[in-house]
Amino acid sequence: MTVPFDTTEKFTAYAHPAKLVSTEWLAKHRTDPGLVVVESDEDVLLYEVGHIRGSVKIDWHTDLNDKVNRDYIEGAAFAELMSSKGIARDSTVVIYGDKSNWWAAYALWVFTLFGHEDVRLLDGGRTKWLAEEREMTTDASPVSPTDYPVVDRNDSPIRAFKDDVLAHFGKPLIDVRSDEEYSGARTTMPAYPEEGALRGGHIPTAASVPWARAAATDSTFRTRAELDDIYRTEAGLSDGDDVIAYCRIGERSSHTWFVLTHLLGFQNVRNYDGSWTEWGNAVAVPIAVGTEPGTTPVSRR
Amino acid sequence: MSELPAQLTEIQEDFLALEQKDRLLLLLEFANDLPELPQEFQDHPDLLERVVECQSPVFIFVELDADGAFHLHATAPRESPTTRGFASILAQGLDGLSAEQVLAVPDDYPQSIGLSEAVSPLRLRGMSAMLGRAKRQLRERIG
Repeated sequence: MTVPFDTTEKFTAYAHPAKLVSTEWLAKHRTDPGLVVVESDEDVLLYEVGHIRGSVKIDWHTDLNDKVNRDYIEGAAFAELMSSKGIARDSTVVIYGDKSNWWAAYALWVFTLFGHEDVRLLDGGRTKWLAEEREMTTDASPVSPTDYPVVDRNDSPIRAFKDDVLAHFGKPLIDVRSDEEYSGARTTMPAYPEEGALRGGHIPTAASVPWARAAATDSTFRTRAELDDIYRTEAGLSDGDDVIAYCRIGERSSHTWFVLTHLLGFQNVRNYDGSWTEWGNAVAVPIAVGTEPGTTPVSRR
Repeated sequence: MSELPAQLTEIQEDFLALEQKDRLLLLLEFANDLPELPQEFQDHPDLLERVVECQSPVFIFVELDADGAFHLHATAPRESPTTRGFASILAQGLDGLSAEQVLAVPDDYPQSIGLSEAVSPLRLRGMSAMLGRAKRQLRERIG
């Protein structure tokens, strides 16, 4: 069961063109055997309002997060989730969502923690699909449960913990939050509730590149040339860099992780999902305030 | 807790009687039931207050009618069903109460209807903010 790749011209300039499909491609291949379409949104009810026919819903909060620990689900729970959604280990998964695929990218990142090989994003996500007036339905999607293997989550290649960040100074950090959060004027993004970080500001030396700069107004990813300008020219990243991205809980930085890894081809990018809700509450970690990145902190130990 | 108005108690009991999954569907029903803004407010968007704590653009306006009965008007986009659902619960749950009764509604009512697990605490804060702002507007109104 091989689902073809989307050969859209725009994608060929990206490092891993196979990671994206266009709305046009999806409309044509939606029902291909071996393909499962997943909707993953910020709004937990949006799928119920209308979704792409045949797609299944995966919610970041109720499905992917552990209910007790602040962590992602383990292999057994992931296998159960995949099975219940009709996803086999060799399925091609196309994820789409609201808000420029922000949560879809987060889901894709979690799929990657479990090494699910063929998982792609719908360029432009739900917004573009709707803008093109393509079919949506409230019909339930028929699912045939699969026998998905229990695979251990492999965090280390793409996930950073607080200690990894403390050991990372001197190498590039990207803060993808809003300007107000970066400077320390707010601890959560504008128009969102304050989420209880005790300190405002950013991790010293982190460059500020708000995640949404990678998205065009129609919610698609910006072109390769535009992204190179933002992340290489402006933020100063270069090939071979070991990069950690973070935001508030690791969702917006999943979007940036996707851009750096799959669109620009950086091989060592990790998402620090503890992000500001951990760092801004942690005891004795260094913080910089204001609009400047700040200097490398002197190690306390 | 005993003073919670009957219509809020009823909503609370309806949610708590359901499994998590069905609670979401009930929230969706509320979202679909959010009434359109009365014409007078559609013509005067300046009267509406944005609930900036919510994840999507939602605007509210509180009204005390000639009989002193409270009404909450709210508008939120179709593509934000969770927010619409929260607004609708409050609009229905507070409708027709006296100003005193509205001000006495516990601030943690949104946390008490069994949605924390299905909706995430972050999302629920939007509803608390809506309730908080509705009460503040009401206090200003009765000055």
